Amino acid sequence: MAEATADEAVAGPEPSYGRVREGLRAYRLIIAMWIRSTMAYRASFVMSTLANLVATALDFVAILLMFSQVDVLGGYRLPEVAFLYGLSATAFGLADLTIGSMDRLGRRVRDGTLDTLLVRPAPVLAQVAADRFALRRLGRVTQGACVLGYALAVLPIAWTPLKAAMIPLMLLSGGLIFCAVFVAGAAFQFVAQDASEVQNSFTYGGQTLLQYPPSVFAKDLVRGVTFVLPLAFVNWLPAVYVLGRPYPLGLPAWVAFTPPLVAAGCCALAGLAWRTGLRSYRSTGS
Amino acid sequence: MGTGRLYAAVAAGGFRRYATYRTATAAGVFTNTVFGVILAYTYLALWHERPHLGGYDQAQALTYVWIGQALLVVVSVMGGGFEDELMERIRTGDIAIDLYRPADLQLWWLAGDLGRALFQLLARGVIPMAAGALLFPLALPTRPGTWLAFLVAVVLGTVVSFAIRFLIALTAFWLMDGAGVAQVSWITATFCSGMLLPLNVFPGVLGEIVRALPWASLIQAPADILLGAADPLTVYARQLLWAAALLTAGRLLQSAATRRVVVVGG
Repeated sequence: MAEATADEAVAGPEPSYGRVREGLRAYRLIIAMWIRSTMAYRASFVMSTLANLVATALDFVAILLMFSQVDVLGGYRLPEVAFLYGLSATAFGLADLTIGSMDRLGRRVRDGTLDTLLVRPAPVLAQVAADRFALRRLGRVTQGACVLGYALAVLPIAWTPLKAAMIPLMLLSGGLIFCAVFVAGAAFQFVAQDASEVQNSFTYGGQTLLQYPPSVFAKDLVRGVTFVLPLAFVNWLPAVYVLGRPYPLGLPAWVAFTPPLVAAGCCALAGLAWRTGLRSYRSTGS
Repeated sequence: MGTGRLYAAVAAGGFRRYATYRTATAAGVFTNTVFGVILAYTYLALWHERPHLGGYDQAQALTYVWIGQALLVVVSVMGGGFEDELMERIRTGDIAIDLYRPADLQLWWLAGDLGRALFQLLARGVIPMAAGALLFPLALPTRPGTWLAFLVAVVLGTVVSFAIRFLIALTAFWLMDGAGVAQVSWITATFCSGMLLPLNVFPGVLGEIVRALPWASLIQAPADILLGAADPLTVYARQLLWAAALLTAGRLLQSAATRRVVVVGG
């Protein structure tokens, strides 16, 4: 999935397919290498994956603790919040797994090791995306999927084929939107090398925001994550359609079906940002 | 050089070291503020359903969010202080150099960590708290005495946090790679310090357990003083007790560990 993002971004607004294939191949080879090296220490891999699962589950524990005191939060009951949480955590987990290492770019710029990537005959974005590929991040995906599974099992939803199709659609477009945020954040690190934490605000912060119902937040904040940084398309808007809940900001019903378009737009913009960032990079030469 | 001056110099070094990375600090302040805003809204929803939950009114609950964001890196709830470096020195054997220095190992690292905490308090504590006060109606005390009492609890909380992390770092003598223990440590700290939710919101027996554990000294204890929800002397007594017990445990573990050190020459 992120392979597709990576390639779109490498190729920029006018994709050339040779370049896309090349990027995909490089990405696949590099992550295969990291997986092999991870699997050299199997016990360590199992433990770090479990730790990742537990650490990422803390957010849901906080929600469970809240619901030990109340029955509804922002008008949503626990299974409904779990539905939002599961979608947000799984979509973000997929993005984090595939290109989550992009936040290390600032470090590479700082210590000069980015130059090594520039001279290799493979697209830089594919290399950076696959850099230190961490299979343990499956922990977050698993955890999110479990919560989503719980929500789907207990929610009394009148399923239609369209509603059922929305679930994979949300995970896929949501993952792509988060991938775009990762790529754009990495592009920003060409300018501000030390500022990788700013990226965390939008990736981890965005994920946390989407775990709660939109009705919890102020209108302006919801407007911001709908029209400026379109995180609301990851789960909020399509999920209110599935849950049959009122749309935030009085948006029309058709917006629930727009996440793939929004994801494509985000990826194109992130690709542009990446190109601009990479072009502006000047090595210190040391 | 007097001993006091030595440790003061180490502390000043710790302060300067963290003060060097200005962009990273600004980025951290930004992130703390964003998370503060998100959490503040979820707390608003929670206290809207259950006013006076945990004995806090809505303004106090909002203030708690921003205290948490302000103290998160000061008391190193999620690690990232000296312990990674100490573990690395134990693993590589550089610890041998530290051990024959004419300074106490535990005090040396404590001084450095307090210097770091002071910088983090000024940079990553004050600014997000100010942002929070601008964006939300907070219940901040007006009496300077309350603020002073709060700062004392923050210092004690940092010492308790240091004592825990010192113990964690020393496990590297036996485990060589302390990454797993460090991870278990920060997960426990996040859960038990009141970073997820105020500990007085935790239900039943679970609440009583987490409030009795040392991690309550990190966030919950200073927050209760600033919010006027607890008597400072009782809070200090508990923090001091944990600090003394954990620092002593650290010394015992250190002497057990150093008996194991075999320095390979060459």
